[in-house]
Amino acid sequence: MTPVTVAIIDYGSGNLHSAAKAFERAARESGLDGTRILVTDKPDDIARAERIVLPGVGAYADCRRGLDAVPGMVEAMTEAVRGRGRPFLGICVGMQLMASRGLEYETTAGLDWIAGDVTPITPADPSLKIPHMGWNTLTIHRPSPLLDGIPTGEAGLHAYFVHSYALKPLDRADVVAHSDYGGEVTAMVARDNIAGTQFHPEKSQRLGLALIANFLRWTP
Amino acid sequence: MLKTRIIPCLDVKDGRVVKGVQFLELRDAGDPVESAKAYDAAGADELCFLDIAASHENRGTLLDVVSRTAEACFMPLTVGGGVRTVADVRTLLLAGADKVGINTAAVKNPDVVAAAAEKFGDQCIVVAIDAKRVSGPGETLRWEIFTHGGRTPTGIDAIAFAQTVAKRGAGELLVTSMDKDGTRSGYDIELTRAITDAVTVPVIASGGVGGLDDLVAGVRDGHASAVLAASIFHFGQHTIGEAKAHMAAAGLDMRLS
Repeated sequence: MTPVTVAIIDYGSGNLHSAAKAFERAARESGLDGTRILVTDKPDDIARAERIVLPGVGAYADCRRGLDAVPGMVEAMTEAVRGRGRPFLGICVGMQLMASRGLEYETTAGLDWIAGDVTPITPADPSLKIPHMGWNTLTIHRPSPLLDGIPTGEAGLHAYFVHSYALKPLDRADVVAHSDYGGEVTAMVARDNIAGTQFHPEKSQRLGLALIANFLRWTP
Repeated sequence: MLKTRIIPCLDVKDGRVVKGVQFLELRDAGDPVESAKAYDAAGADELCFLDIAASHENRGTLLDVVSRTAEACFMPLTVGGGVRTVADVRTLLLAGADKVGINTAAVKNPDVVAAAAEKFGDQCIVVAIDAKRVSGPGETLRWEIFTHGGRTPTGIDAIAFAQTVAKRGAGELLVTSMDKDGTRSGYDIELTRAITDAVTVPVIASGGVGGLDDLVAGVRDGHASAVLAASIFHFGQHTIGEAKAHMAAAGLDMRLS
C-alpha cells in the first residue's frame, strides 16, 4: 500500500510539534502505520498530500499574514482542498481562517470556505471569564464521521478549548457541534471535505486522539 | 459546561523534578517527563513546569524536557521560569509548551506581555503574580508584588498590577500567595478573590494547599477558574481522581471522564 501523506501546514504558527506528535500517535494507535506526517511550508507538498491540516495558535490577523507570507501556499491549499476534494482539518485559528472574515484587533479576510465571521465570544453571564479556557463538552447538531465512536453530550468526553473569538457560520447547517459557555460557542464545523475544530484535538487526550484517527480514515 | 481545572505543578531544576514525585510507581521519580505522563494518565487537566533555576546555560535542558513531554502527553502544558523576552516565549512554544508563564519580566516591563500577546495571542500568555500581604491589622487588605521567587519587593500593588497585565494581553493569571506558599494552610482566599473579581481573565489559585478542602475553597470562595497544587499530589497524599471526586461532591463542575 502506498503510504498516505498528511501535510501539516507550517506557516510560523505555534504548536506544530504537538500537532505532529498527536497525529503520529493517532496513526500508530489506529493501525495506520503507513501514514506519513509531514510538517511543511512547501506548496508542492500540499499539492501531493492526501490529507491537509491547518493548525493555528495566535491572533487571527497575524496567522493570516503568516499564511500569506508563504508564497503559493493559499493557492496550493485552495486547489487541493476546494479543487481536488482532499480532506482538510483546520484547528483553532486554522478553523477560524476558513471563515469569510476575522474581527480580532482588525478586520481580516479569511479563506471564505465557510461563510461567516469570527467574532468575540460574549457570554450571557458577564461573570464568565474570557478566554474560554479549559475542558468543555460537545453538543452535537448533526452526526459527523469525525466524531464516530466518541461519547458526546454532558456525560461525554471533554475537549480542550482556549480562545476569545469564535466562528459564527451564516448557515447553521455548517455547525457540527457547539459547546455551552454562557450561550452557544461553535466547537466544530464541516462542509463537504472540509472540517474544523475550535478546540485542540492535539491537546484533548482521548477525545482528541480519537478525532484525529477518524480524520485519518475519513473519506468524504 | 466548562469544568474547573486541576493543575499539578512540577518544579524543575537542571532537567530534574526538585523534591521528587513520590506517587504511583514511577521508576524514576525525578524525571519530569515520567511525572508528566503519570499525571496525564491520572486525568490532570493541565500541567505546569516551573523552571526554578532558570539560568540561560541550562535552557537547552528545559527545552528538551518540554519537547519530550509534548511528544508523550496530549494535554495542555504551561512552562514558566526565566522567561524574559518574546524570543524566550517563542522558543518554549516551539518546543511544545501551550502557554508560557512570565513573572519578573512582566513586572519590570509590561510591554513584554503586550508584545508576546500580539504575536502569539492572549491565550498563551500567563502572567505569574507572586504577592505578599503588606497591610497591617485593621487596615484595608493590600498585597504587594514580589519578584525573583518572592525575594524582592517591588512596591507595586498586586491588584492594580493584575488589572494592568490583563489589559495588556495576559490571557490568564497565576496568583501565588508568598505568605501561604509551602505552609499547607490553604490558599490566601482574600487575595485570590480580590484579583479574580478585579479582572475578566481566568485566574489560577496557587500557594498553600494542604488538603482537598483547600482546592474547593479556592474555587468556591476565591472564585478561581483553576487550582494549582504541588506537594499534595507529588507525595501521594491524594490522587488527581480523589481531588476531582472531592470537588465534584462539593458541587463544583469537574471533568471526571
